[in-house]
Formats: sequence, structure tokens, C-alpha cells
Amino acid sequence: MNDSTVVASAISRSYKHGFVTSILSDTIPEGIDEGVIRLISSKKREPEFMLAWRLAAYRHWLGMIEPHWSSVRYPPIDYQGISYYSSPFADNQDSIALEDVDPALLATYEKLGIPLDERLSLAGVAVDAVFDSVSVATTHQKKLAQLGILFCSMSEALREHGALVQRHLGSVVPSGDNFFAALNAAVFSDGTFCYIPPGVRCPMELSTYFRINAARTGQFERTLIIADQNSYVSYLEGCTAPQRDRHQLHAAVVELIAMEGAEIKYSTVQNWYPGDAEGRGGIYNFVTKRGECRGDRSRISWTQVETGSAITWKYPSVILRGEGASGRFHSVALTNHHQQADTGTKMIHIGRHTSSTILSKGISAGQGHNAYRGLVKVLAGAQGARNHTQCDSLLLGAHCSAHTYPCIEVKNHSAKVEHEATTSRISEEQLFYCQQRGLASEAAVSLIVNGFCQDVLRELPMEFSVEARKLLEVNLEGSVG
Amino acid sequence: MNILEVRNLHVSVMNKPILRGLELHLKPGEVHAIMGPNGSGKSTLANVLAGRGDYQVTAGEILYQGQELLSMAPEDRARAGLFLAFQNPVEIPGVSNVRLLKEAFNAHQRYRRLPEMDAMAFRAYLNERTKSLELSEDWLLRPVNAGFSGGEKKRNELLQMMVLEPHLAILDEIDSGLDIDALAKVAAGINALRDTKRSMLLITHYPRLLEQVPPDKVHVLIGGQIVLCGGLDLAGQLEERGYGWLF
Repeated sequence: MNDSTVVASAISRSYKHGFVTSILSDTIPEGIDEGVIRLISSKKREPEFMLAWRLAAYRHWLGMIEPHWSSVRYPPIDYQGISYYSSPFADNQDSIALEDVDPALLATYEKLGIPLDERLSLAGVAVDAVFDSVSVATTHQKKLAQLGILFCSMSEALREHGALVQRHLGSVVPSGDNFFAALNAAVFSDGTFCYIPPGVRCPMELSTYFRINAARTGQFERTLIIADQNSYVSYLEGCTAPQRDRHQLHAAVVELIAMEGAEIKYSTVQNWYPGDAEGRGGIYNFVTKRGECRGDRSRISWTQVETGSAITWKYPSVILRGEGASGRFHSVALTNHHQQADTGTKMIHIGRHTSSTILSKGISAGQGHNAYRGLVKVLAGAQGARNHTQCDSLLLGAHCSAHTYPCIEVKNHSAKVEHEATTSRISEEQLFYCQQRGLASEAAVSLIVNGFCQDVLRELPMEFSVEARKLLEVNLEGSVG
Repeated sequence: MNILEVRNLHVSVMNKPILRGLELHLKPGEVHAIMGPNGSGKSTLANVLAGRGDYQVTAGEILYQGQELLSMAPEDRARAGLFLAFQNPVEIPGVSNVRLLKEAFNAHQRYRRLPEMDAMAFRAYLNERTKSLELSEDWLLRPVNAGFSGGEKKRNELLQMMVLEPHLAILDEIDSGLDIDALAKVAAGINALRDTKRSMLLITHYPRLLEQVPPDKVHVLIGGQIVLCGGLDLAGQLEERGYGWLF
């Protein structure tokens, strides 16, 4: 059994979260115009400034062209064929006691392994659950509030902490930043807001769990995390969607702000529905994630495990403004069947003695297409900046592909920038070795792939690295015959 | 009953005949040595027994514990107690030794319908049986064979064998690349694993391993056939005279 025949017979994979919750929802008609934006804003009873901000973004977006510089290929997206708002709640119902939430909704989250009842939830993890366009529940809020930590849905933040949101929203990813970010700014419906006060170390993992349920809707959420001076927070994002034949659009924006001496660890386990073995259906994931190390000695790290989506287009980046700031990007991206991923990072060194580390592990199986795209930019003032980049690609089978597009711009002579890249096939020797020890070929592949990703997986919080390993295993199903 | 019966085995690699009518019979508890010059088919035999791809069996049959071995998947052969200590053990970056051992052990347990062990229980089980190998503290946490010296790789093979407790162990040049001290350690490890039921096939170029692990029989493999069988003294003769006189 050689490598090519091992992988040739790709069969179906099992996506565990493909069920649909049958629930009455308030979904607005498909299409986008100023009226839709006013409607979303009024449904959320937002402060005045938000509507103006949204409309400005929308007008900007109208003049923009969908970007096609990446390596992913897909048929044209019909932006008038998407519903931009779907809520499982009745109109104008902005918060609801957990007891009053439709049991079908609670059951959905339990089925996904995310119980929203605090008594049942994972100790040490607070969850904001976003269902289609709205936040359903946010756990452990009271406990966190005792430390001055704000952790709530973006809608609630806009109502309760409007001034704080207004000051920071769009300060890292401006509303006209790029086509998808502008669309998001115009129509975003919910998301998570976190504020960690000075000197506070957040005692639990904060997380948001995104679930797309309704058909023909897009999900456009916006997350804003602010870590004030010398504070620390670890945040995790998870996501799933039902199995549907049509593609669905997910265009999110995440902004992170780390003040002097603060640290933000942001981890993503992305498990959107990837489409079937023939490439039908699946989520188009066009996401803008950016963090700013605003203060001296601040730190931001992105860790992502990307196993889902039909298309992944995202480049979690760090602007290293403060002196001695550090940014890290750790990524595992797995593409199987017809999945396409174009992902990487941008590290923008502005401050003196800033440092960044990039570790990217791409795995392609089936007819998967996997690209790392990265930019390391050292500005003239970034005396003593350092970067180390390592991009490793692993190929399973003969029909997949891996590409690396690194870009390095250095304007300061004292900077040190290193780039290493490897591409390898999963070796028949390794497979046979594991089989000779009693492992079935799929278990062997999964073990070897896990080893390949080990340096990234160990960056994840404990509770989630187990989950991520399992996910890699499930998503590799059908990659060997 | 023989644990292994190889009858009239013909094997080709890329249409080139390597084994040509090989016969071999092993009883439970017996240790046989297979010696022979380079290219005589020693490693081919080991690989065919373990079920590696790219080897075409063109004639003959192999019975393992009375079962038709050639129809079994490589992992099922392993789970049924056939173990190959590799001549060049491969490195698996990022996978710790303990992880591979636990997965392998539990795959064996499932096959035998015995309960699997969790991480804690398995560590205790490991500590119990690996004392004699005098492994360093971090050995189990190091990635499989990555950055291991030649001697360490061979000892790692023995560790896996010790944990998986095979019925038939094929040791393919376990002595190659070892200095005298490392060889003594490996030989002691093999001797510790000898018992009245476990059979072993030692594939080697050199008699010095056989002096420390005395086999019940020595076979000389030349041109894809066993041309001579004897006792330990045959190994000594080969050391003195080489293989030339046997062609």
C-alpha cells in the first residue's frame, strides 16, 4: 500500500455538528440596503452613533470591490441573496432570562457540548453563546464583574458601556479596512465584548461559541477585547454550523487591544461546516482579525486550529506599536476534500525592540488547497526588531496542494528576520512503523498529523487542546483508504 | 505446532526475484538466527512477514500460529503478536514515545478484547516493566526516535517489544551500528525477553550478537534460499571463512 493509493480513495467524512435546530426565528428578508441597516440598528436599539457608523461603512462598502488576490476560488457571492439578520428571539427582546429561553436552543448548546447553565458548565470557562445574529446567553458574568471584568454580548456593551465601545470600536480594524470588514461594520449583529481592568488577571477562560443555524443567512459578528494595563486574559472562540447544500457567508471582525504590560491570548478552534466530499455546501469564512499591542511590553498571541469551512480567508495580525511588544501567531490549518484555506498573519513592527514569532502548520489531504500568506513588516523606527517565521506543510496524497507566500519588508538595518519553510509528504515509513505497532492506518495518520501540529496544539488552553486533537482526527477521516 | 511456517516462499521487488523458494520453520520458544551476505534477502523476509507494501509474493505460503499470514493486514499481524524491530527505526516528530506506546498497547488490548488502560494506569504499567532498560527520565516524553543515537533507537525498539509482549519477534539487524557496550545492553534486553513461548528471528551479519544471545539454530541465506542450517558453531565458521565458499 503506497502513499498514493492510501490516500486515493477518499470517502465521506462525518461532521458531527451538522444538525439543524427547529426553532421559530425572526429573520429579515434577504438583501442589503440602507433600510436593512436601519432595521438591524433599530432592532438592537443601539445608540445613535452606531447607526451613523454603520451607514458610513455601508456607503464605503458600495464603492469597494470584492478582493480576489488570494488563492481561493469560488463562484460569485450574491450579496442580495443573504439574510443579514436572524434571531431566535421575538422582536425587541434584547435580553432574556435563561429560564425563558426556548428549550430547543438550550438543547442545541448541550448537544454541542456547551451547557449554558452555569451549574453544568466547564469550570473555569465563561461562555458567550451567539446563535445566528444574537447572543443567547453569557455565563459567569456576575463572578467576573466582581473583578471589574466586563464580559458580555456586543449588543449589551453598546447599551451599557456605549462610551467605552465608541472609543475603541474600529480603532484597530477601521470600518473601511477591507471589503469584508466594511460589510461587517455595516451589518454586524452581535459578538462579544471584553474589558479587563488594569492589573487584573482574568481567572477563567473567556469564550464565545458561534452557531449558525438559519438557512440563507450570513453571520456577521464583531468581537472587541480590551486588556488594560498589566492585565491578562485568555480567550477562546469556537464555531459550528448545520450541514446545508448552499454555501453560507461568515464575515467576522475581531479587534484586540493590549495596553502597557497587558497580555491577550486568543485561541480559535474553527469547525464550521466544511461542505461534503464533493465540495457542496460549507461556510465561506472571510474574517478580519487584528490585534494592537498599543502599550509598551504588551503581548498578543493568536492560536488557531482551522479544520472547517469550505473556504478560509483570514490573517490574524498584530500591530506591534509599544516598545518591547511581542506578537505570536500559531496556526494549524487542515484542508481535506475540496476545502480551500488561504491563511497566515501580518506582523507590523513599529515600536523599538518588538518581536514576533510565526509558526504555521498546513495539512492538505484529498483535493484540499492550503496556502500560508504572511507579511512581516519592520518600519524604520523599529530598532532591534526580531521575527522568526516557520512554515511547515504536510501533504497527504497526490491531489492536494500547499503553497507558501511569505512577504518580508524591512526598513531598519538592525532588524533580524528569519524565515524557514518545509514541505513534506506523510512518509510511508512512518505509516508502516505505526501499523507494525498495531495502529490502523487512519489512527497512524492521525497520530503523525498530531505530532506535526504538536508545537501549535500545546499553545491551546488544556480543555481545548483535547478537543482540537479530536477534531483533527474527525476531519482526517476519509483521507486514507 | 510451529508458530511460523514459511513454505516455498518466492518474493519479488519491482519484478526482481529476491526470495526464491525459502523454507523456514520455528517452534514456540525457539530463537533462530538468519545470516547472509548483503542483498541475500534477509530484510525482504522481515518486511514480508510484517506485511510491508511493495513486495510481491509470487509463490508459497506463510502460516503464523496456523493462520494464513499473507491475507492479514499489517496492523492485525502486529496485534496477533508479530513484532518487527526495525533495522532503521523511523523518527516521528512531535509524537512522544509514551503516546505511541499507549496507542499501540491499547490497540492490542482491543484486539484481544481486554480493557484499555488510561494514561495514569499505563504509566504505572510502563514504569513497572521498563526498569530493567534503565531509560533516562525524559525518555518516554521525547518524540519517537527523534534525535536518538543509533543505540538509543535500538533500545527504543526493545522497549516497544517489552511493552507489546509479542509471540514472535523479528529483530532485523538489531546489532548494527552498536558499540560493544551498547550491544551488551541490547543483548541483555533480548535475553530478558526470551521465554519458553516467545519465538525470535535474529537477522544479523555478525556472530558477536549470537555469542551473547545463543540461538537454537543458525540459517544461512544466500540468493534468496536457505543454503545451510546449523548450530552456533556455524556462525563461528562464517566469521572465519566468510560466505564465499557457500556459493
